[in-house]
Amino acid sequence: MCHDGFVSATSPVEVEPTVTPDEVTFLAKPWVTIVWNDPVNLMSYVAFVFQKYFGYDKAKAEKLMLQVHREGKSAVSSGSREEMERDVQAMHEYGLWATMEKQ
Amino acid sequence: MNGFARHRRSGRVIATFTGFEADLLRSLASQLVELLRNESAVPREGVDPLEAMMDFSGPTSEPEDPVLARLFPTAYPGDEEASAEFRRFTEGTLRDGKAAGACAIIDALEEAGLPPELEEDGLMIDVELEPPAAETWLRSFTDLRLALATRLGVEEGDEEVWYALPDDDPRAQAHDIYEWVGYLQESLVHAMTH
Repeated sequence: MCHDGFVSATSPVEVEPTVTPDEVTFLAKPWVTIVWNDPVNLMSYVAFVFQKYFGYDKAKAEKLMLQVHREGKSAVSSGSREEMERDVQAMHEYGLWATMEKQ
Repeated sequence: MNGFARHRRSGRVIATFTGFEADLLRSLASQLVELLRNESAVPREGVDPLEAMMDFSGPTSEPEDPVLARLFPTAYPGDEEASAEFRRFTEGTLRDGKAAGACAIIDALEEAGLPPELEEDGLMIDVELEPPAAETWLRSFTDLRLALATRLGVEEGDEEVWYALPDDDPRAQAHDIYEWVGYLQESLVHAMTH
């Protein structure tokens, strides 16, 4: 089952649209990645993911994890739309329930 | 079994499973692989075969199976079009990654001596994982737990409901397995970070 030669199609490369310097400044960090609480993921695992993927120190990772746990969600990163799509995809790889929205 | 522990000198994480436990873990991982590959990522009906071969896009709508819907959440709540685009570019890759992770567990158990059909009593399976493999197992445990919890309908703080079920209730048994994988995952996080 695991060696049936299954090959997936690669995703097409997305081309960054040209933006003027003014637009770059204005659009600096307009998007956020939100991680939502779920009844399954372990607190230790969620904190581990925030440290491992975002490179946050233990204190920051645990603070964000507790925010997810207690308040139901937390904005864990911010940046351009493309950056946040990468972060959301990475959170889905780790099995966290993540969405993105404009600030 | 005592969960995972880190071998100080080599930096590997190690665990010993009974044959029964290893067989159970393989069975859970196999079911996940089947689920990830069964429901076609892209609807193929009524599509010209050549067109289908040239179509490299992924799915655009949320999977019907609730487990798959949880594994591949909608990225832009309230924005159907952006969510569809995101899904089209990510779901195929995510599915492959999760299937590969579950396969890594199956392969490691079999390399450690788990036979195709478990017959022997008293078989013990020693698993040793380098850090990257340990992280793959860690992620895959999450997928397995999400799958079990979604099928069972696990909710926040509902432990008493499960413990109140009679022992022979299949849901109680499935919940025991869910908790066991949770225990494995907790011990693996601990072994990797301490």
